[in-house]
Amino acid sequence: MTQTVLPPTKKTAPVSAPDGTVSDRSRGERRLGWLLAGPAFVVMLAVTAYPILQATYESLFSYRLTDPGNREFVGLGNYGVILSDPLWWQSLWVTVLITLITVAVELVLGFALAMVMAKALASIRPVVRAAILIPYAVITVVSAFAWQFAFDINTGFVNSWFAWLPGVAADTDWFGDFWTSIFVICLAEIWKTTPFISLLLLAGLAQVPEVLQEAAQVDGATRWQRLWRVTIPNMKAAIMVALLFRTLDAFRIFDSIFVMTAGANGTESVSFLAYRQTISRLEIGLGSAVSVLLFIAVMLIAALAVKGFKVDLGAARGEQ
Amino acid sequence: MSGRKRALWLVGGALIIVYCLFPIAWIISLSFKSTNDLTTGGFLPTEFSLENYELILTGGASGLFLPALRNSFGICLIATAISCLLSMFAAYAIARLDFPGKKLILSTALVVAIFPIISIVTPLFNLWRNIGLYDTWPGLIIPYLSLTLPISIWTMSAFFREIPWEMEQAAQVDGATSWQAFRRVIVPLAAPGVFTTAIIAFFIAWNDFLYGISLTSTSAARPVPAALGLFSGESQFVEPTGSIAAAAVIVTIPVVVLVLLFQRRIVAGLTNGAVKG
Repeated sequence: MTQTVLPPTKKTAPVSAPDGTVSDRSRGERRLGWLLAGPAFVVMLAVTAYPILQATYESLFSYRLTDPGNREFVGLGNYGVILSDPLWWQSLWVTVLITLITVAVELVLGFALAMVMAKALASIRPVVRAAILIPYAVITVVSAFAWQFAFDINTGFVNSWFAWLPGVAADTDWFGDFWTSIFVICLAEIWKTTPFISLLLLAGLAQVPEVLQEAAQVDGATRWQRLWRVTIPNMKAAIMVALLFRTLDAFRIFDSIFVMTAGANGTESVSFLAYRQTISRLEIGLGSAVSVLLFIAVMLIAALAVKGFKVDLGAARGEQ
Repeated sequence: MSGRKRALWLVGGALIIVYCLFPIAWIISLSFKSTNDLTTGGFLPTEFSLENYELILTGGASGLFLPALRNSFGICLIATAISCLLSMFAAYAIARLDFPGKKLILSTALVVAIFPIISIVTPLFNLWRNIGLYDTWPGLIIPYLSLTLPISIWTMSAFFREIPWEMEQAAQVDGATSWQAFRRVIVPLAAPGVFTTAIIAFFIAWNDFLYGISLTSTSAARPVPAALGLFSGESQFVEPTGSIAAAAVIVTIPVVVLVLLFQRRIVAGLTNGAVKG
């Protein structure tokens, strides 16, 4: 358990009661609080902290499951191997690329969806809300298959529907090269995760005081000015939370790539590289090192967001 | 609102609905196509066929699909139940008691929620093989907690914060025993939050793919998404597209039913946990 320095208990005891009862009570509450919340806390640590420590330890060894006898300590050797390998840099570039494209598009699109939902007539609102939840709730693998089959050269309808576009013909193989593969992967990701962002932004929109909007309107602000000067600044917390969560989520991308390209044509993401090293090639040492690097990257992004952009998750939840 | 504006928002709403449902409509349409209909390049089947469903429910692929469906339901429900139980106590403490470490627990939940899954898979893969949890239900239920527990704690705390806890004392003042007060007053108030949390946790567990493909090897514990991802058809000469589409439709049914029944609650749960002004 962590040792936290306890804040001094407030001495606001009622006059009649001796001090002892107050601290007794707060001590009781403290004990009960940890008794109730402790198990969940311990389980969370057990399923994450332990594996990452184990992975860090195993990343220091040259260790292949097919050859367990030859396990030897190599220190940071695995990291050297990975960081000097173009495969690693390619996968990092792909991951960053997909993250940037999807998050940028999703923010704009999600905002548009939120605006429509906010303004939608009460009569169609439940229908729109149910529809919005469908992509969120559908399994990522199913969404990936749906998009893959749509663009597939044999089973798809995209080539025949969009044959009028330059560069699209009956024999266009979308999964045949890097950029077209990335395009379809991003489409699938955007379809699936934009609705969730739009729900968060819708909740943020609801927090913008109506009074401010009216005041701006009276002062003669255009619609565009109202959006940039009133709406967006007032829902900054919601935007930041949505942005951070989606960025970290996109950075872990795995399912869609596995289903659509299996990493062909240089479309491997960092998660996929770690998976291939560990599960397919049984290179436990190298796979662990990739996992640790990915973990460090995710934590860095989170720390930068919280420190640099002042994403205050506590404030966003109304906690003081 | 003028008539023209009204029409405009209606069109906007309709566009959203099309955007959300289009890929689903496509996979459903695909699942009803017969084998020789798959490659026509059209959106809709030329003739309505049930052969894909027969194949996965009673035919050659049922040996792969049905156990996977059973595994998915069993593992996801157990993981959801454990998460809900643990987070109920934790959320009660966070919402009601004053103790140091509240913030620590919530921020730990956040860190766990953004944890790269593959960083957990790599060490577990080796450990599970050594202690016999590889390819078993518990071998998936335990790591699933890393997916379901943080969101449960987060969502449930947000719900529990809104419960007027003083009602309990009020009931006791009115002469109810503390057990009666808890059962008659608090349980009905807390139940919707617990229920919604369970649905969201279930969605997340149901969606897992990476744990499923990495920590299982047979039908003993492999869940549906993993089975779909690794499914390669009846034989190497048959394209598995049709059967994958049919299986995809079947695993989508439970989540769609949950969404249609409880959409309002799910939206409240998702946004409550994340954005509270």
